[in-house]
Amino acid sequence: MIYGISYTALFFFIVFVGLVLGLSFYFGRKTKSASSYYAAGGQIHWSVNGIAFAGDYLSAASFLGICGMIAVSGFDGFLYAIGFLGGWMVALFLVAEPFKRLGKYTFSDALNSTFKSRLVTLTASISTLIVSIFYLIPQMVGAGDLVTPLLGLPHWVGVLLVGIIVIVIVATAGMTSTTYVQFIKGGLLIILSTILTLYILKNGFTLNPEHKGQNYHEFMELSPVMADGKVERVNDWDLISQVEVKGKQFVNLEKDGISKWFDLVEINHAYVLKEVLSITENQKGMQLYNGEPKENGNFYQVGHLSKIIVNGKEVSKTGPVGPFEFLTIIKDSEIVRFQNIKFTDNDQNVSLFYQEEIAGKDFMLPGLKYKIGKGASLWSKMDFVSLMMALFLGTAALPHILIRYYTVKSPRDARKSTILAIAAIGAFYILTLFMGIGAAINGVLDVESSNMAAPLLARAFGVILFSVISAIAFATVLGTVSGLIVASSGAIAHDLLDGYFNKNLSDKKKVKAGKISAFVVGIFAIILGIAFKGMNVSFLVGWAFAIAASANLPAILFLLFWKKTTAKGIAWSIVMGIVSSLAIILASPTMWERYGLNPDDAFHQLENPAIISFPLAALTLFIISSLKRNSKDEIINQRLNNSIL
Amino acid sequence: MFHEPSIPTKIDSASKKKSRLGVLFFFIYFFFYGGFVTIGVINYELLAIETIGGLNLATLYGIGLIVFAVLLGILYNYFCSRYEDNMERGTVI
Repeated sequence: MIYGISYTALFFFIVFVGLVLGLSFYFGRKTKSASSYYAAGGQIHWSVNGIAFAGDYLSAASFLGICGMIAVSGFDGFLYAIGFLGGWMVALFLVAEPFKRLGKYTFSDALNSTFKSRLVTLTASISTLIVSIFYLIPQMVGAGDLVTPLLGLPHWVGVLLVGIIVIVIVATAGMTSTTYVQFIKGGLLIILSTILTLYILKNGFTLNPEHKGQNYHEFMELSPVMADGKVERVNDWDLISQVEVKGKQFVNLEKDGISKWFDLVEINHAYVLKEVLSITENQKGMQLYNGEPKENGNFYQVGHLSKIIVNGKEVSKTGPVGPFEFLTIIKDSEIVRFQNIKFTDNDQNVSLFYQEEIAGKDFMLPGLKYKIGKGASLWSKMDFVSLMMALFLGTAALPHILIRYYTVKSPRDARKSTILAIAAIGAFYILTLFMGIGAAINGVLDVESSNMAAPLLARAFGVILFSVISAIAFATVLGTVSGLIVASSGAIAHDLLDGYFNKNLSDKKKVKAGKISAFVVGIFAIILGIAFKGMNVSFLVGWAFAIAASANLPAILFLLFWKKTTAKGIAWSIVMGIVSSLAIILASPTMWERYGLNPDDAFHQLENPAIISFPLAALTLFIISSLKRNSKDEIINQRLNNSIL
Repeated sequence: MFHEPSIPTKIDSASKKKSRLGVLFFFIYFFFYGGFVTIGVINYELLAIETIGGLNLATLYGIGLIVFAVLLGILYNYFCSRYEDNMERGTVI
């Protein structure tokens, strides 16, 4: 998709980024000690911390990823919302308070509060780094996607911009500024999502999703002359080629020197050529969008309804609808999705996005991405269970969420801020269902990236709404990336340097080491953000959750609830969780595609590793802890259990 | 190494009761969450049945899980706060 710069958007963007940087410098002057850098001195009010929690959690994955995935894959996107929120139950009921009592600055502090084991410090800090980096990738990808329509800049510039701003923020102020940035952003995100949802409901349903200043492309339908199942000729067009891919026929035609691709379909015993969106790339690397250079702007935003049914009657538009009515009408209507298919033709790489009509009742059920009904295999069912498991178990094991328990005064405040966060996040997730469906039917989707569904929907309703939402979404990325980098720098400077290598750094040097670490992690995040361009950010976050659930959660839960847990058991379960989840991810079909290989040839067909890696890590902890225990472990665990339970 | 809490916390004499309540509430939520996943895998067609207000079971169950999480959280906080207040006053409930 080609986007021009919007000066209104640029104005709001500068205001928000300026506000974020201003806050950082203000709090930076107050950050003198390690305690204030890593844990905001433990002095944040629980209500501020609660909304900041929501701000931390409602990252690019939630706002950009879930809305985008609902727009493209229907209810399957909402599975992420259900799982993400369910994960907070583990955090609230099992982890929040005991963790607050155990730790100081980092995840490793809490695990190691009684063992004082260097092995635990080493493995926990490495785990923090790996999980944070996997969580950073989708945030950076989201940042790049946002900047393109916001400022008309390429994806990599967006990634670089976020990287630089965040490094400045974190290196300046640490956890206090991160908390206030997240507080403001979290609050605004919920308010603006509510406004956007009200717009969607007021707009209702229409077969022609045109908005003020934004026309919807009318896709051509041609009648070909056929012979033996092949297109022989089409009026006014020159036939270039006909290709069969995965049981579908695609036809390349040319007119006035512009080549276009069509999908050959049979409707009521007659053949019809339906126009598709195409991106072709020749051997020299030159790309054409719908047969023309990208700059011509003839590559369209899509997503519409082909049939609207209200109370059993077919209508062309509805006018304003209520929230229940909205969800019922979409279930009874028909939606046109755009499916991607890739192949080579005449030495060109061809990527097509063809129309696929789908019944609303199927759109509002799981199965478009994670097949569990018709056509499901054992792998696809395992994948669904694995995803739901990773989301449920991952939240309580995310380092940047865990460290937020240390920013409040007491365990009671930790609990109260968690509940406030759950309420705020829950409300937001219900709104994502409306925003995602709204994007699917309002002709705003960018087929190259589903991540921009919600901001582009806002643009259809007005440039100011789009500008403010995009600026906040950008601040969302800034805030989350800041939190992740604080967690990573804590793992390097506080855990590895000070804890594992016994450097005995002074308070001042510990903060300096944290800032240098933040710089290094930031650079690394920029590189990965550019490398993973185009992937749905929720899907990527699913991986981070799976690694966190496998590497960290068995250690946390066993430590809190099984008195025979040993330091060796914890360390080896972390290692097993990291290694097994990474191995499964790196050998997954999606990664196979990233390597340029056929995804069907991947070692396995599992996209999310949690169903295997979590039980493996838990089993490792149980076996190692049961095998060899010494008297020191006994005493330590007795003390630990007395202090927790 | 300094692995103690970032700021000192008071001794929490209600922690055992709160911990037991947390485990109980966790399993209550896990039962419903696991129920959703199990229906999806074992009896997928059930998710399509029409329920309140014309919504299918998948949508109602999904939104229900979110609302239930918030309600359970509020209830948990209410009981925990009561335990803490009573312990601080020296009474046992």
